[in-house]
Amino acid sequence: MTPDLGPSQRGLIAREVIPFVLFAAFAVIPLAAAFGAESYLLSLVTRVMIFAIAAISLDLILGYGALVSFGHAAFLGIGAYAVGMLGAHGIKDAAVQLPAALGAAAVFALITGALSLRTKGVYFIMITLAFGQMAFFLAVSLAAYGGDDGMTLSGRTKLLGVDWIKKDRHFYYVTLGLLIAVYVLCRSLVVSRFGRVIRGARENPQRMEAIGFSLFRYQLAIYVIAGTLCGLAGFLLANQTEFVSPAYMTWQRSGDLIVMVVLGGLGSLHGAVIGAAAFLLLEEWLSGFTEHWKLIFGPFLVLVVLFARGGLMGALERLGLKGGSK
Amino acid sequence: MTAPLQPMLALRNLNKRFGALTVTDNVSFNIKQGEFHAIIGPNGAGKTTLIHQISGVLPSDSGHVLLEGEDVTALSLPQRVRRGLVRSFQITSILPGFSALENVALAVQARLGTSFRFFGRAAEEETLNAPALAALNEVGLAHRADVRAGLLSHGEKRQLELAIALAAEPKVLLLDEPLAGTGIEESAALVALLQKLRGRMTIVLIEHDMEAVFSLAERVSVMVYGRIIASGTPAEVRDNREVRIAYLGEEAA
Repeated sequence: MTPDLGPSQRGLIAREVIPFVLFAAFAVIPLAAAFGAESYLLSLVTRVMIFAIAAISLDLILGYGALVSFGHAAFLGIGAYAVGMLGAHGIKDAAVQLPAALGAAAVFALITGALSLRTKGVYFIMITLAFGQMAFFLAVSLAAYGGDDGMTLSGRTKLLGVDWIKKDRHFYYVTLGLLIAVYVLCRSLVVSRFGRVIRGARENPQRMEAIGFSLFRYQLAIYVIAGTLCGLAGFLLANQTEFVSPAYMTWQRSGDLIVMVVLGGLGSLHGAVIGAAAFLLLEEWLSGFTEHWKLIFGPFLVLVVLFARGGLMGALERLGLKGGSK
Repeated sequence: MTAPLQPMLALRNLNKRFGALTVTDNVSFNIKQGEFHAIIGPNGAGKTTLIHQISGVLPSDSGHVLLEGEDVTALSLPQRVRRGLVRSFQITSILPGFSALENVALAVQARLGTSFRFFGRAAEEETLNAPALAALNEVGLAHRADVRAGLLSHGEKRQLELAIALAAEPKVLLLDEPLAGTGIEESAALVALLQKLRGRMTIVLIEHDMEAVFSLAERVSVMVYGRIIASGTPAEVRDNREVRIAYLGEEAA
């Protein structure tokens, strides 16, 4: 065990530097892209950033709260459907769509969370999965909105009548801005009084109750916050693809989100960003070789879980430690 | 008016059964404010179950727990803690990944009652850290404040648990074998600490170390097979025939 005094020095560099490098890289990619396959690269990285927001939101409950939600994709779908359904009725302004997307996700999180959080462990996993499936089948049954096939949007969301994200490059920077905002918000959240209660409950719920914390209300609050932020990712995803379908909220998608968070490293927030990027880029790259790319991806994931404790982020922190101690 | 006469903690006909086994059998007692009350009894007598019922970890089948005359039987563990009924655990229960200071600061945070605060670094709040450090100082652990709790020695963890309980500012402190597993020196330090706490708050102690019990407690209750068979001053209890039978067997008595 590494000598570890108080708020750990270990990986301090990694924690401060990696997010900065990460976001700086996101910021300059469009400049580099101008020389090459611009639209391909922009759309791929935009997708990475959108899923990074979703993965960060899942990390809040999975990594910091130790609550294994297997229905997180539902919030992605709800945010996306808010855009699609309002758009179908001619309401295309973000001033309405965004609050609707976030609000719908928050309400769904409040109701399903209030029920799910009465259970623990594997039952919590099963009940969140069940709620996720309910949302999925609800979307399938919405014949007026494309049912199984989903529906194509007639264009991206406007902001007070302005086409703010019509151009891919604009959309890219709006997404990056939101990703950074979500990251900074969550960063602040996890070290706040509220976040400390959530982290304490992860370590020893009995101890937390024995000093007077009724954990349910705090866990419900973090569940709603996470769901709402994932609703934001859904809002962005619908706009990027200009398409909405039940496929956004399959249970496989919920599994993908868990994989992103675990792959990147639980409970560090930027680990979720790295995990989302690694997952989507590997998917993109490997599926170029074979349609059975998961045959390669599966063993890779097993190796990361077995040998890189703390995910890719953990591996980077260990490298940072070695570099720092020289 | 009647307040001074009211017991700090009262049990009224408390019962608990696990299947056919009666673990708590119609237990009633009153404990005055400021009293140091020990509950002793052979292994399996149901002492820990009783503490679980008083603290709200386990629901009771019937009967009532009264704190300052108010019925708290229906309240959960955290709700009872917020009313001043605080407990420690027989098996050390801390937050191993947090520093010793943060373990205690969280108890202060719970007591100050404002944890829906989403901004600002909790770990740097002086209003939480100062009382936490004072509690650590009281148990003699201030020099280990920044050490991760999981890395403390067993005895230090027991001290830490006591500091956490103190930071919750209990009216009634329930201690479930605080000396369990500690060495001679550690145990002496803990007894000295408990001696200091006498009179400052009402304390209910479960302990196997008889020497400690008889030096600390003003009153002792003896529990056998879920029933309180005797209650009184240490001297009275020591001379009680039923107690001797329970502890030493029929012939010895």
